[in-house]
Amino acid sequence: MEETQEEETHNNIKVSVRNLTKIFGKRPEEALRLVEQGKKKQEIFEETQQNVALRSVSFDVYEGELFVLMGLSGCGKSTLLRCINRLIEPTSGAVEIDGVNLVAMSEDELRQVRRTKIGMIFQGFALLPHRTILENVGFGLEIQNMPLAEREKKAQDAIDLVGLSGYEESYPSGLSGGMQQRVGLARALASDADILLMDEAFSALDPMIRRDMQDELIELQARLNKTIIFVSHDLDEALKLGDRIALMKDGIIAQVGTAEDLLQNPRCDYVERFVEDVNLSRVLVSKDVMKRPEPLLPPDSGPRNALRLMEEYGISSIFVAGKDRKFRGLVTVDGAVEAKKREIPLRDVMITDTPTVLLDTPAQELMPIMAETAYPVAVLDIEGRIKGIIVRGSLLAGLARLEIEV
Amino acid sequence: MSDILPVGEAAEAVVAWINETFGWLLDWITMVMDMLVSGFQDGMAAIPPLILIVIFAVLAWVLTRKNLKIGLLTLFGLLFIYLLDLWSETLLTLALVLTSTFVTLAIGIPLGILASRYVSVNAALRPILDLMQTMPSFVYLIPAVIFFGLGNVPGMIATIIFAMPPAIRLTNLGIRQVPVELIEVSEAFGATEWQKLIKVQLPVALPTIMAGVNQCIMLALSMTVIAAMIGAAGLGLNVLMGIQRVDIGGGFEAGLCIVIIAIILDRITQNVIQSGPGK
Repeated sequence: MEETQEEETHNNIKVSVRNLTKIFGKRPEEALRLVEQGKKKQEIFEETQQNVALRSVSFDVYEGELFVLMGLSGCGKSTLLRCINRLIEPTSGAVEIDGVNLVAMSEDELRQVRRTKIGMIFQGFALLPHRTILENVGFGLEIQNMPLAEREKKAQDAIDLVGLSGYEESYPSGLSGGMQQRVGLARALASDADILLMDEAFSALDPMIRRDMQDELIELQARLNKTIIFVSHDLDEALKLGDRIALMKDGIIAQVGTAEDLLQNPRCDYVERFVEDVNLSRVLVSKDVMKRPEPLLPPDSGPRNALRLMEEYGISSIFVAGKDRKFRGLVTVDGAVEAKKREIPLRDVMITDTPTVLLDTPAQELMPIMAETAYPVAVLDIEGRIKGIIVRGSLLAGLARLEIEV
Repeated sequence: MSDILPVGEAAEAVVAWINETFGWLLDWITMVMDMLVSGFQDGMAAIPPLILIVIFAVLAWVLTRKNLKIGLLTLFGLLFIYLLDLWSETLLTLALVLTSTFVTLAIGIPLGILASRYVSVNAALRPILDLMQTMPSFVYLIPAVIFFGLGNVPGMIATIIFAMPPAIRLTNLGIRQVPVELIEVSEAFGATEWQKLIKVQLPVALPTIMAGVNQCIMLALSMTVIAAMIGAAGLGLNVLMGIQRVDIGGGFEAGLCIVIIAIILDRITQNVIQSGPGK
């Protein structure tokens, strides 16, 4: 784990998993001994009828990181995720959160950690059918015996955050899959947990909705800076979301690294074969990697409005577009501050020659453009309307893929 | 009774021992249940019949979330019974059935919850429930008479034993059928076992549990005539007398009232289930 040690110097470890082993069966001790002797899963099963789901897994997740556990079904990724909050009891090993070992905790201590530090989001949404959205989102707070008024206020904030305002009194059965998962997300966010465990959170959604939800997760994460451990079987999703990715196979982690690490330096045949499929996948174009174009600044706005929008969205530049969404230019934070100071219209500080691309510009051509400009690039349709925005982060997956292809 | 195997003698000895040892408990049970029944009955009899009928109809309408059909069914069904001049018998039958159901649920639902949580309880209960459900209901009359004599209380005891299995079984089933992810949600958010039961398992299992309640009431009603054989009064007694005296008209009228009560109670309990929130 050389690369993790390198990074330790400038990042705080939030979650640390140490030599975690999980054996399913009635007599795990015997199988545990065989695991320690280095016997294979198949051999152990034949000898003891015990199923080794995880064998001595270790990794660290840094504060504010989106860490993806990826692998095919049956590789142990969901089991590993559930061992982190002890929904599944590990057979041996340690899980440390902020340096405290969860595995050694009593029931009461564990409950306290689950209530305040860890939120969880499930593949099947797992909403309570007899509760309204507001009551569902407030579930975790209710468990903590928080007074009703305070609970409802926090739940409302979380609902607003995921864009479900107005649905407070609906029941889950009346909502689409994407909306139900937003409720799941809001429920996990409501208790202000630092850590989110997401178990195939978007896998049950339609591809279109899934992409929207991924984009929104990226945006939310940019604002909230949670530590997220995300389980996925979808490499595209892992590459798009993950700051780092752990590729799992048969209960071990085959490789941990950034998307580039995995694609450029696959450390074993398994990883190589897994990422090979990426090369065969469709060639990426702008519209595959762009984010939704918001916020946009109306051309007649003043500098204060521009600054307020940038602050609200946590961005350092904003695109200017007319009512018809026609691209006009780009205003940077520095430009807006200058305009405010000198009391001149934004028009005078707007950059109009910032590079733009078309919806079907191939990713190969995007790379040099992105490398040259310091700002996001606007994606325009033939009429010149802004359809999306590409930032470096969202290009990461495509970038990594292409480097291999070249 | 057989001379070779003294099974009958053994049963008699056991009964005698129970009677001696637990006589005080049996007396206490008799007293409490008599109180419950007369409480229900006197309470209802204190209200003028026509007003009570309207109250019942409105109650049915409210309980089924403003289902007008069921409200009207209750109104006209009960009016019909009133006009047949079987009102006081009906009230007593209703009191017996409601008391039996109340006791059945008070014992059955907690047992069902225990059975859903502990494999051992479930394993111990299963053969007993099988036995209770396959045993002809007349058999329950024997211990009921022996321990509680004749009257309303032994009738209810037999009814309670007879109506118990679905309450236990369906509570158990309902809780076991709660999706795993919902259990994981409650654990992942730090719920205690009690919170998990109250906030997740029971509410999610409610439709199934209510189906058990419905079954309980129906079985209790089906016992009214049989319970009359050991001295329980009410509509069942009228039917029994109809049989004994070959009084076709009287028996038919009382039987019809039982059917009307059964239909009303069935529709109400079923619709409380179906119109749960979020459906």
